[in-house]
Amino acid sequence: MGIVKALKGDTGGQVMLAVLLVVTLVVPVLNLAVPETSFWHVSTYTVTLLGKYLTYALLAVAVDLVWGYLGILSLGHGAFFALGGYAMGMYLMRQIGDRGVYGDPILPDFMVFLNWKELPWFWNGFDMFWFAALMAILVPGVLAYVFGYLAFRSRVTGVYLSIITQALTYALMLAFFRNEMGFGGNNGLTDFKELLGFDLQSDGTRAGLFMASAAALALGYLACRMIVTSRLGRVAVAIRDAESRTRFIGYRVERVKVAIFAFSAMLAGVAGALYVPQVGIINPGEFSPLNSIELVIWVAVGGRATLYGAVVGALMVNYGKSTFTAMFPEAWLFALGALFVLVTLLLPRGIAGWLPARRAG
Amino acid sequence: MGGQVERWQYLNPGKTLAETLDISHTTLLYVEGVTVSFDGFRALNDLSFYVDVGELRCVIGPNGAGKTTMMDVITGKTRPDAGYVFFGQSINLLELDEPRIAQAGIGRKFQKPTVFEQHQVYENLELAMAGDKRVWPTLTARLSGAQRDRIDEVLGIIGLRDHAWRPAGALSHGQKQWLEIGMLLMQDPLLLLVDEPVAGMTHQEMDRTAELLLSLEGKHSVVVVEHDMDFVRSIAKRVTVLHQGSVLAEGSMDEVQHDPRVVEVYLGE
Repeated sequence: MGIVKALKGDTGGQVMLAVLLVVTLVVPVLNLAVPETSFWHVSTYTVTLLGKYLTYALLAVAVDLVWGYLGILSLGHGAFFALGGYAMGMYLMRQIGDRGVYGDPILPDFMVFLNWKELPWFWNGFDMFWFAALMAILVPGVLAYVFGYLAFRSRVTGVYLSIITQALTYALMLAFFRNEMGFGGNNGLTDFKELLGFDLQSDGTRAGLFMASAAALALGYLACRMIVTSRLGRVAVAIRDAESRTRFIGYRVERVKVAIFAFSAMLAGVAGALYVPQVGIINPGEFSPLNSIELVIWVAVGGRATLYGAVVGALMVNYGKSTFTAMFPEAWLFALGALFVLVTLLLPRGIAGWLPARRAG
Repeated sequence: MGGQVERWQYLNPGKTLAETLDISHTTLLYVEGVTVSFDGFRALNDLSFYVDVGELRCVIGPNGAGKTTMMDVITGKTRPDAGYVFFGQSINLLELDEPRIAQAGIGRKFQKPTVFEQHQVYENLELAMAGDKRVWPTLTARLSGAQRDRIDEVLGIIGLRDHAWRPAGALSHGQKQWLEIGMLLMQDPLLLLVDEPVAGMTHQEMDRTAELLLSLEGKHSVVVVEHDMDFVRSIAKRVTVLHQGSVLAEGSMDEVQHDPRVVEVYLGE
């Protein structure tokens, strides 16, 4: 079958998925069924933290697909993640209904505060979950498609492309900071109550979101594996290594790039949509260029062009960040910078490259 | 650029470019009055050049004579300031971009061997294979039995059967050149443009390459650009001498060798 074929020879991926499966099944049980006094109890805080890491891991996989296999160093993938997050946030805002501070049955609090009389047109439909879920995938996908179409058609590559992806996320950040945009401005969207009728504060919902994030990561990983093991994946690597040669043997390089780039953006959107209900807030800070750079570091640390390396890198760096920022809050950025320099110098192929024998590409 | 191609395509609904090729006049490639300038320097100056179906043609000329620029124009990499380039009677190459030109049946081997180093030799040939190269068909593509046979056949022609599963990056310089010729063959091209195939090769490798190119004659038209005179002598039937961006002389190796103008600018050095 497709899945078996996609994982053939991918020992790292097999191990990663097996561990993920065990963790996904065991953690909710330890959280919900084991009493809090027990040594084995896993706190809801930890469950949510793990769920958040898993959405980061999915985001890292999306970045590795375009960076590792297609050679596009995107420094703007945080934008697609944030857009997916905003789509979910809009749905969660509308679920609040009249339980907001101002008690308006339709308008979210920030709109009442701004003295708006009616819902902006682009908020229509977001009271339906399916619509919001679709938008969480489509909006990043369409943006990436249009952006990619223009950039790749003009044959913008390398560092220039990286710079304009960075500009893209920065421009979106500035736009979303503005109150007139209708996305809550500076404060973003928060105070969520329910998702599909489930109370977001309850342990059960938290565990459910954690499991959904794990499932999304597994499916996203398998989809990426299917792409990279297909002929299209080999064409992508060919483009990465010798773009003009690929063009001369008859492939429309721009179309391959834009298709994979848009798919990657959609994965990032899914990750963002799962991230927001777990952290309880989405604001323009998620578009910050620094976020997009950080996630490239996760992939570099884990090892490019392995996919499972991206998962490992995202989990390790974020675990490190959580513990490190608790101890030395000021020093984290220095630590992150040092980590990037050290990995580049000492482990150019990341943690995955340092693990025993494995075929590249 | 894409718009022009699409506009052109409606004239031949449902046909691929290769199928619309009209070679009823036995001339496969027409390059007429082509001029290319770079910052005032005329790399090609009113160049006219024709290649027959199934012909093996050698192009020689001193450095800067415009050999590589001519190939760039034919394959769509460089657009000329003036002139026409037709493939067969009907396909205007100046309206097509690189992938379209490749699909129409023109394959090019670069001066510097470029193979996909991370991929195995077999995969290099697979990627180059003629077929539907759009995104979705490529994603779902599976090798058929006939396609496997074809790859195996080409592996035999280029003598790399024993290396099929090695990464192309691990091949020797000469082997890479052959692999690249193999990749051209996988595209089933009518016209092969081969830029300096024996640069940096040992004598044995050169002999092997000469055999390889001669074996292609008749089935494909082949244009070889080469500096090495011994090599050209060993394969050439017709030779075209370029000088300062236009054709100086054309004929058999003996004829051009004794042409006083050629002697003056090139062979006489």
